[in-house]
Amino acid sequence: MTGGPILTEFLQIMLLLGAAPLFIGWVRTLKCWAQSRDTAGVFQPYRDLARLFTKDVVLAENASWIFRFTPYLVFGTAILAGGIVPMLSTDLPLGLSADVIVLVGLFAISRFFTALAGMDIGTAFGGMGSSREMMVASLAEPAMLMAIFTVSLADKSTSLSHIAEVAFSSQALLKPSLAFAFLAFVLITLAETGRIPVDNPSTHLELTMLHEAMILEYSGRHLALIEWAGMMKLFLFMALGSALFFPWGIDKSGDLSGILLAGGLLTIKLGVAGVVLVLIETGLAKMRLFRLTEFLGSAFLMATLGMLSFFILE
Amino acid sequence: MTFSPVEIASSAVLIHMLFVLVAALLRRSQKALIAVFSTVMTVGSLMICIAGAMTVWDGATETRVLSMGLPGLPFHLRLDPLAGYFLTVIGLLSFFVSVYSAGYLKGFIGHRPVTRLAVFYSLFLAGMSMVVLADDALFFLISWELMAAASYFLVMFEDEKPDNRRAAFLYMVIAHVGAIAILLSFGIMAGLAGGFESFDGYTFDAMRNVSFPVSWATAAFLLSLFGFAAKAGVVPLHVWLPEAHPVAPSNVSALMSGVMLKTAIYGIIRVTFDLIRVFPWWWGGLVLTLGIITALMGIVYAMMEKDLKRLLAYSSVENIGIILVGIGLSMVFLSFNMTLLSSLALTAGLYHVMNHAMFKGLLFMGAGSVLHATDERNMENMGGLIHLMPWTAALFLIGALSISALPPFNGFVSEWLTFQAFLLSPSLPSPLMKLLMPLGAALFALTAALSAATFVKAFGVSFLGKWRGPQQRHVHEAGPAMIAGMMFAAAACLCLGIFPTAFIDWMDIVPEQLVGDRLSVSATAGGWMWLTPVAPDRASYSGVIVFLGGLAVNLLVYFVLHVRPGKIHRVPVWDCGFEKLTNRMQYNSTSFAMPFRRVFGFMASIKEDVSLAPQPAHAAFPRRLHYHLRIRDRFWNWIYKPVSDASFWVARKVGRLQQGRIQAYLIYSFATIIVLLLLAVI
Repeated sequence: MTGGPILTEFLQIMLLLGAAPLFIGWVRTLKCWAQSRDTAGVFQPYRDLARLFTKDVVLAENASWIFRFTPYLVFGTAILAGGIVPMLSTDLPLGLSADVIVLVGLFAISRFFTALAGMDIGTAFGGMGSSREMMVASLAEPAMLMAIFTVSLADKSTSLSHIAEVAFSSQALLKPSLAFAFLAFVLITLAETGRIPVDNPSTHLELTMLHEAMILEYSGRHLALIEWAGMMKLFLFMALGSALFFPWGIDKSGDLSGILLAGGLLTIKLGVAGVVLVLIETGLAKMRLFRLTEFLGSAFLMATLGMLSFFILE
Repeated sequence: MTFSPVEIASSAVLIHMLFVLVAALLRRSQKALIAVFSTVMTVGSLMICIAGAMTVWDGATETRVLSMGLPGLPFHLRLDPLAGYFLTVIGLLSFFVSVYSAGYLKGFIGHRPVTRLAVFYSLFLAGMSMVVLADDALFFLISWELMAAASYFLVMFEDEKPDNRRAAFLYMVIAHVGAIAILLSFGIMAGLAGGFESFDGYTFDAMRNVSFPVSWATAAFLLSLFGFAAKAGVVPLHVWLPEAHPVAPSNVSALMSGVMLKTAIYGIIRVTFDLIRVFPWWWGGLVLTLGIITALMGIVYAMMEKDLKRLLAYSSVENIGIILVGIGLSMVFLSFNMTLLSSLALTAGLYHVMNHAMFKGLLFMGAGSVLHATDERNMENMGGLIHLMPWTAALFLIGALSISALPPFNGFVSEWLTFQAFLLSPSLPSPLMKLLMPLGAALFALTAALSAATFVKAFGVSFLGKWRGPQQRHVHEAGPAMIAGMMFAAAACLCLGIFPTAFIDWMDIVPEQLVGDRLSVSATAGGWMWLTPVAPDRASYSGVIVFLGGLAVNLLVYFVLHVRPGKIHRVPVWDCGFEKLTNRMQYNSTSFAMPFRRVFGFMASIKEDVSLAPQPAHAAFPRRLHYHLRIRDRFWNWIYKPVSDASFWVARKVGRLQQGRIQAYLIYSFATIIVLLLLAVI
């Protein structure tokens, strides 16, 4: 018993750190296949990160401490978030310290600092990225809260572990409120993790950048940390979706076989999620910035409708 | 010998009053005046804070009847936990601001005498404490007017600028329209309590002991809500706030935004929860709706603002909205007799009262330091201040993080509690409320996200990047006293964020007395580290662990990466080979807010003009582009302009009566007498 949960916690964070680049590699490989291109293999993200970590840092002359502090903060909050979202087990000691609102707050604080870092150098691109990212976030964040609230209303808790446990035991996946919430969650995941049609993670055209424009000035280990944290964020959103809507297999007791099973199921879920993500990304083109409001607005509306239908119908 | 809290508080008020005389004597030596002023104010506000904190701690109620006032109508004082809580807020922020003022006022030496500022500042503090201490309608209104008049003169401090005079006038008008409504509301309650022919009902005690008929209670509630809303800056009565707060000296802006608005919140709580006590659920629904509209409108206007202090003032409007959301929810729950939830929502609202005082005080002090150093309020002309004012920048950043409701700072705790209250509302029996709640929660979440964007803009544009103004000014860091004042407030923001259980444990006597249930039993059920408002498996949050965890992880990553010394090359910024980058090409406040104007612009009236000045020889290459943007509150055109036009029109029509000839006036009097006689006959 003693140390078990802490070990699970540790395992989970290690999984997040280790598997996040793999997941990105999987998504990129799938995308290459879908577009009939050659792939660099699923392990290319590891090689990218390793490369970046060995490089020197090039810093603009007037970069302040905010610019240098941000990568560590972004990376740190991603790790902290990994301790909260039940990926393998719901028996997490950190789970009691932070619920789902804190999770959204953690994403918000790393976004806050990334946006500040974008403005720190004083180039037009950085500011543009910050402004756009904050605009997208200002619609996506409430939508995400509402989507999660709908689930948490159904499960009568905002604690993620508790939500996952209750959702696992209750068979009611086909509630209208949850269907709305799930749809909204998918849209928000695309927006928050900077995927097509909201943002293009592999773009090289500055004017279409959102997230990439903010971190344009980063290099070396700073860039590595931010890239890695970005990968972890995508992984976390997938894990969060799994915990909220498809919590099958997430372990409750903390014994080894349960965790192994959870790990196996998580791999399958992520594999499928990757396919869905790639289908969405290849099927859609990136939207114009000001079309995004409709996209995010509909996510917000759907999440609100989900909560409304919970209040009225259930 | 020991003093009771009410004695400490009233002696502090007396000290503030007596200081006025001292100030008159010291006016020749400004340096001595500032020294005495800041010492006396610091001590006085600390006394107020201690008196308030002791009262809340003991949970005791003390009353006094003064041998002052009108004949037969003596003034009543009462210090109960609710008053104590607000006294603590007032005292604590005034303490920080008074420390800050010691440095801030020095900037005026050689420019203008600060005697008037010192006098009215001190009267202002006295007025605010008296409002909270008053226990009868008469004394309350006198204190209310003292507070309003003192703050009017503070707004007028730099009265050579027409903007300041205009702002102060607008403030005075709206404050008085509000005061009339409050007077009428008290009139109704006093009349019902003691009969309309006698004055016996003027004490709050008399009002507490009557149960009002619903119709009269509703009238009294609506009037007082209107009056207090005018003072608190609730939309659409908020227009004075972004005019008056920015033009006042920054230490005064900090107090006005931080605590003066809270006295109006105090008024709302006092009248509804304490004097009227029993009310239908739609009152709470009304307050909740007003709160949500205020929060959303306030933050949208703040986002589009380019003047740093106006931005902060609009954000105060937003935060008043957030507080009202908590109070409104609490009223709704109370009217359905759900006391624990009511207590939760009220705690959230009161917590935010304290939080907003701390971070808005901090932010206004920071803006004051910037104004002091750069002589600039317009963010379009700022930039890069983090290099020149590192302390101010770091402290302002803490304020920005707190107000954006980011963990582990204090704004997050109150917002978290409010969300919990929303999430517990499906148990409400009213169908209309069931419709309102999800919409309210959605807009509340939107507000929180927008406020983060607003403060990224405020901090990013003024402190980061490079200087955008016409020429680099001699910018200097704020003095030690100013930094100390801001540091205290920043420390308070952090402590309130990571020790919420201790704070709730201390203050929950207030909701207990008002709504009849306390939160601390369940809130601290999981130990002092975890805040669990209802039950541990329902929701829990630990600020300490989030703070320490975040710190530990960051340090760990930092040290792991710095085992191998990496090189850092400092180079000029990459300009894509353009070579002509200027500081004016940075994103500024207007461009940052541009996407937000596209999305939320419908809430404001925006006039955008772009014109090209062509070059005679080369029509394809315009010489210059003029961009003009004007953003105004929609409410100006919707409400204020028609009202002011109508009043001018009426005044002109009535003005025709004034002939300036004695014969005409004699005819008026004659006609009046005839009419009155006819009426008497009938």
